[in-house]
Amino acid sequence: MQLTDRAKTVDRRPMTFLESLYLWSIAKGMATTLKHLFRKKATIEYPEEKRPFSPVFRGLHVLNRDAEGRENCTACGLCAVACPAEAITMEAAERLPSEANLYREEKYAAKYEINMLRCIFCGLCEEACPKDAIYLSQTFAPANYGRKGFIYKKEELLIPHPIQQKEAYEKALGERKPTVNA
Amino acid sequence: MLAIDIWFIIEKVALIATIIGLSFFIAMYTTYAERKVAAWLQDRRGPNRAGPFGLFQPLADGGKLFFKEEIIPLTSNRFLFILGPALAMITALITSTVIPWGASYVDGTTNIALQVADVDMGILVVFGIVSVGVYGIMIGGWSSNNKFSLMAAIRGASQMVSYELPMGLALIAVLLMTGSLKMSAIVSHQIEHGWHIFYQPLGFIIFFVCALAECNRTPFDLPEAENELNFGYHQEYSSMKLGFYLFAEYINMFISSAVMATLYFGGYDIPFVNESTWGLSPLLFSAMSFAVLMAKVLFFLFVFIWIRWTIPRFRYDQLMNLGWKKLIPLALVNMLLTAALTLWLNN
Repeated sequence: MQLTDRAKTVDRRPMTFLESLYLWSIAKGMATTLKHLFRKKATIEYPEEKRPFSPVFRGLHVLNRDAEGRENCTACGLCAVACPAEAITMEAAERLPSEANLYREEKYAAKYEINMLRCIFCGLCEEACPKDAIYLSQTFAPANYGRKGFIYKKEELLIPHPIQQKEAYEKALGERKPTVNA
Repeated sequence: MLAIDIWFIIEKVALIATIIGLSFFIAMYTTYAERKVAAWLQDRRGPNRAGPFGLFQPLADGGKLFFKEEIIPLTSNRFLFILGPALAMITALITSTVIPWGASYVDGTTNIALQVADVDMGILVVFGIVSVGVYGIMIGGWSSNNKFSLMAAIRGASQMVSYELPMGLALIAVLLMTGSLKMSAIVSHQIEHGWHIFYQPLGFIIFFVCALAECNRTPFDLPEAENELNFGYHQEYSSMKLGFYLFAEYINMFISSAVMATLYFGGYDIPFVNESTWGLSPLLFSAMSFAVLMAKVLFFLFVFIWIRWTIPRFRYDQLMNLGWKKLIPLALVNMLLTAALTLWLNN
């Protein structure tokens, strides 16, 4: 049964003497490769030149702060529950009265760890978070020499302070601006 | 008499040193060209990190090979194991002695030939040394005491034997036309009567195919077939001994390009013009003829690389069929035709 009209029957006749010298086929092949000599190169010179990420790219996690620089996370654990790879662990703590400028609500995450070796960058933590505290940025986890280095602590995840380190904060925020609650 | 002899020795030593240096330099940058051209043919950029345009890449590669750990397998024959790459290198370098690299520098009474030895048996010397060259591969592969290496060595030897025959037969046609084995005579004959490529196109194609096989270049790189024989005869080699094998291959490419240019493309003859009537200064005249030969050599080197990155390797039976059933009959017909025509035209 003929499915398409593109099918080509294979020529199974034995080669003639001229064909068996392969010269003509080799000449054709060399013409093809010569054409490629003048083609545009497909290479992107990586460190100098970077391909832009897609706007929906899901990269390294960032723990968000609000406009005054207070941490959003309340250690509710919904992200850890949502995580299909079980990469997130955290420990909650109660905010002291003197720490009101550090944490937005009375409960906060004393410890917050994401294992980047387990993480599948699905973004479900971002979806699950009711406080807009975690979202996925547009960078990826850099290489590391040991497994330990891939367990990201709170210090590595927290976004820079929006007032004290304005530039770094803007950079970390990237193009995907999360809604900043007052 | 003694004074002349000393000058003669100095002249030849300088010439030898220059040619060996040149061979090394060209071979070094052929590796670079190989990687660059390979990249371009595959729509890539090739090495461009070490120095401007990656020009220091061969130095980096060479440096790496020097600092690599040198391993000699316990079960190998130590003496032969070291002799293998040395032989490959030496034979690759010796071949350049009989090639005329440019027009002689003639200024008054001084006459300096840009050729180390213009022996009467010129081209036969090349063939003799090339056939010794296979011992480098054979000894290396055999003394490694490794089945893959041995298999590759045997392949290499049988390939060399099979392809030296049509190469020699194609050459006989050229010799019938020139009537001399002297390399300088072959070049001057071409300057007078036109390049041999126009009279011997079939002979040239046969010679070129055999040259590819003699240099173990794709599509005839069966002795080092990476995917079937684990790099073949130099599998057990490391450090600069491996470097010598790889380097010898590139020097062979350079020399066989020079031989082809000399035999078929007029050697150092500048095409389409009669440069001897221009009245150039002798130095410029010699330099120009040398540059022209180098241009031809570089073109052949490019073709070598171009072929490598176009065609896949021949199967072993295809290799033998091509050599014995196709090239040898063709070369014989070519030789007989040339002989008949030469005889007819001379009478």
